[in-house]
Amino acid sequence: MAKKLNIKDKYRLLTRDLDWEYSYEDRKEAFPFEEFEGIKITDWSKWEDPFRLTMDSYWKYQAEKEKKLYAIFDAFSQNNGHLNVSDPRYVNALKLFLTGVSPLEYQAYQGFAHVGRQFGGVGARVACQMQAIDELRHVQTQIHAMSHYNKFFDGFQDYSHMHDRVWYLSVPKSFFNDARAAGPFEFMVAIGFSFEYVLTNLLFVPFMSGAAHNGDMATVTFGFSAQSDEARHMTLGLEVIKFLLEQHEDNVPIVQKWIDKWFWRGSRLLTIVAMMMDYMLPNKVMSWKEAWEVYFEEAGGALFKDLARYGIKMPKYAETIEKEKEHISHQAWWTFYTHGHAAGFHTWIPTDEELDWLSEKYPDTFDKYYRPRWELAKEMEAKGERFYTKALPQLCTTCQIPMLFTEMDDPTLNSFRDTVHNGERYHFCSDGCKDIFEDEPEKYVQSWLPVHQIFQGNCGGPDVENVLSDFYRMNLGEDNMDMKGSPDEKRWKQWKGVA
Amino acid sequence: MSKVYIALQDNDESRYIVEAIEEDNPEATIIHMPAMIRIEMEGRLTVNRETVEEKMGRDWDVQELHLNLITLGGNVDEDDDSLSLHWNE
Repeated sequence: MAKKLNIKDKYRLLTRDLDWEYSYEDRKEAFPFEEFEGIKITDWSKWEDPFRLTMDSYWKYQAEKEKKLYAIFDAFSQNNGHLNVSDPRYVNALKLFLTGVSPLEYQAYQGFAHVGRQFGGVGARVACQMQAIDELRHVQTQIHAMSHYNKFFDGFQDYSHMHDRVWYLSVPKSFFNDARAAGPFEFMVAIGFSFEYVLTNLLFVPFMSGAAHNGDMATVTFGFSAQSDEARHMTLGLEVIKFLLEQHEDNVPIVQKWIDKWFWRGSRLLTIVAMMMDYMLPNKVMSWKEAWEVYFEEAGGALFKDLARYGIKMPKYAETIEKEKEHISHQAWWTFYTHGHAAGFHTWIPTDEELDWLSEKYPDTFDKYYRPRWELAKEMEAKGERFYTKALPQLCTTCQIPMLFTEMDDPTLNSFRDTVHNGERYHFCSDGCKDIFEDEPEKYVQSWLPVHQIFQGNCGGPDVENVLSDFYRMNLGEDNMDMKGSPDEKRWKQWKGVA
Repeated sequence: MSKVYIALQDNDESRYIVEAIEEDNPEATIIHMPAMIRIEMEGRLTVNRETVEEKMGRDWDVQELHLNLITLGGNVDEDDDSLSLHWNE
């Protein structure tokens, strides 16, 4: 019998040795995007892939993961698993996940398929192609998992249409559009490194553990199955950074600028996850602040200490980011609560027990700044005056989030920045978003800002209700408004036999 | 010194992997959370094939770790006999 190859030899034979020299075509024409960003690559063969996964093993292990996953989906659905979730409010976190996050998996697939073609090095190409296939698997498994919930709850029916139009979903959509419209190296620093290495952990680890804690077997299973690929993606992200920094010293300032940009963009995007963790998981695992400390401050801190030897510093605005962990989940949920008529999921006032939990987890900020708002909301609701704002929010031109954030040194003052470009004034939520715009104004003046588009008459109308029902395709009175009195709540009570 | 970490799905296979990690890395901290097990350690953490095989009572390929892995932090070194994580400081 032939001797079994060790993984190093197998990797060399099945990856590196599959590349070829260009004898009659111009290499630069074959890889046209490799130089314009200013990144200098002198030797692609220095690329390291620590997992050394070859395509044959990739298919073998991925097939095994899928078999396990779909067996659980079947069991979940056959046993009416939706009846076992802790509280019907929890399901609203899934609506946000399907409309806001799952389409990003598809964008990640498109992005990695693109760079998996464009890199000149075969090791990087193969790793990116595997990641592209992983991302496609993620969006498919998420749609399958949530199709069960779609049979029993409102708000899941038109996620893809909504992702392309709804005001708050332009935040995740534009984040990935920004990364994909960049060159291949910036895409890798944005998504492969900043997003995958540090930020997706916050969504797929503590939130998924939270899904398990709330009785949602289907979600925790797709979450952890996706995350098992993520460990490989993280390693790819770290290898990309090390490779770029080792190839040429001129790459260092370019990479640092991208790190500054994408850690800020990513922290802004995660506001929605912060809110899901603190307000949308009825059974709590950990607060957003605690998760942030473990996965961003501790894990990210270790990472940047490791990269210091290349001259890479902590991302710019890290000090602001550190202060924000005390505030952003509360500021975001309040914004959704007050715009609950225009959201594709239900909102609610936290229960007294939940308010106490938030007071305990945020001793320095919750009682002082945020609890009084909820006490007022409770009083108004008791009088039959549940509050919905009439106004449309102003949006930040860069992150597209409504101007809901405050100054971190004065949480009673909203944070506004602005700049003039070619005679037009543009508005921002923060110094970070303003700096990003000013570095590439030609890119961000093209932002498709949902509120501007509504006012310009590009989203139907004339009333907000027409925009919501016709342009967004929300079923008004079913998908939106408070959890209390919703069809979701009525059905749940019927299933559980409570009045 | 910074901590490296690895998180595994809480299931029957991981239980043996965690036992093997505990045996080979006595300084490691094991944290149980809903549906997952997080292991952290200062310096270097190693998963050895031989120890896992001993615990499981069967052959085990280091790359099988991917089936139960949730996340990790640190530079990865992997060969046929082990996987290890470390930070350069």
